Amino acid sequence: MSYPFVIETQQLTKAYGKVQAVNALNLRVAANQITCFLGRNGAGKSTTIKMLLGMTHPTSGTGTVLGRTIQDAQQSRDLRRHVAYVAEDKQLYAYMTVEEMVRFTRSFYADWRPEVEQRLLKQYELSPRRRVKALSKGMRTKLALLLALSRRPELLILDEPSEGLDPVAIEELLQTLVAAAAEGTTIFFSSHQIAEVERIADHVCMINHGRLVMDLPLDRLRQDYRRITLSFAAEPPPTAEVQAEGIEQVRTNGRQITMMASRDADAVVERLQRLRPISVEVEPVGLREAFLEKVKEEA
Amino acid sequence: MPFKLNPSAGQPLYLQLMQQIRHSVETGVLRDGDVLPGIRSLAEELVVSHNTVAKAYSELEHEGLLELRHGSGAYISAGRTVESRADRVRRARDKVRSLVETLLDQGLAAEEIHRLFEAELFYPAPLEKRR
Repeated sequence: MSYPFVIETQQLTKAYGKVQAVNALNLRVAANQITCFLGRNGAGKSTTIKMLLGMTHPTSGTGTVLGRTIQDAQQSRDLRRHVAYVAEDKQLYAYMTVEEMVRFTRSFYADWRPEVEQRLLKQYELSPRRRVKALSKGMRTKLALLLALSRRPELLILDEPSEGLDPVAIEELLQTLVAAAAEGTTIFFSSHQIAEVERIADHVCMINHGRLVMDLPLDRLRQDYRRITLSFAAEPPPTAEVQAEGIEQVRTNGRQITMMASRDADAVVERLQRLRPISVEVEPVGLREAFLEKVKEEA
Repeated sequence: MPFKLNPSAGQPLYLQLMQQIRHSVETGVLRDGDVLPGIRSLAEELVVSHNTVAKAYSELEHEGLLELRHGSGAYISAGRTVESRADRVRRARDKVRSLVETLLDQGLAAEEIHRLFEAELFYPAPLEKRR
């Protein structure tokens, strides 16, 4: 089956009473990439993921995952055979041992790869006889990853996979995700941890109050987004003088005007020279700054 | 390979990787015929997306600095121009080193020297391609 995007939603909405948890979301996730679904706690990330997987029904709007319609029960069941999901709470059967959990899960999937299962058991140092409830949070995440990756999922969806993990476990998690992506699994993971997102994600979809507020490749953020600060000898000109397409967040602060350019910073700086600033500073905009600004803007 | 990418720098990761590979060749750390790790292993080692490594490799192949052989890896193909360039870079580095030493002797702070270099290179167009 071929489809331009592995995940695509149109005006996807979920309301709980008066609260719009997800608000007319148009999400598009490309294949063969690592895409991060970035947002604060309560921004609507988990609700979106649950709708994509048919675990909760949209109030309105539509969506497809791997070309299958998410509201259609038959297609939703079918798509779940090709998607692996690692939930935030890593719900597993606590009373089972690691070995039993693996055997149990394996029985559901025809595409199970025993060699991957064995490799990951060793690599993650998961002892087969250990009970799931006795595993640390990091170990439980590893078990959930093992169960997901022992299949050959086209798409791996993870909800806050690094939550509660120590730095060593996070590093191993990121390595696992990078390796799975290199093997051809598309990765879509939600997170609010800027530092890790920044390292492995090709693309970021940022959600705030249930709305998509940023959707771009991280390398474009690095390449094009610039914070420009103009300093003036006297009172700065009115901010209307600098407003233009591709320029956001224009603010005056004493004798300085700062703004964010989302493209062509060179040309912007050249154009701004006519305002005769005494100095022009241009700095890159990190994901952290972009994220905080977006959240502030929407508040 | 001791490549180190900075995810919060204002430069795409694949460009950072390209520059570091190019630099390693120019300084002679990597030589003609050396093999770079495969896309997947380098991605795992650097903990970055395989797309970053793949893009850097394919751009370097396009430049003629890398030769990608299916299944066996990425070979450095540094011809004579690169070698002579390596010499030029080495000589330039010696000059820069002695200039920096002189300036430090004259009491300038490292930070000030850094800014002077930057201003010289990038002002008044601060975003000229930093290659």
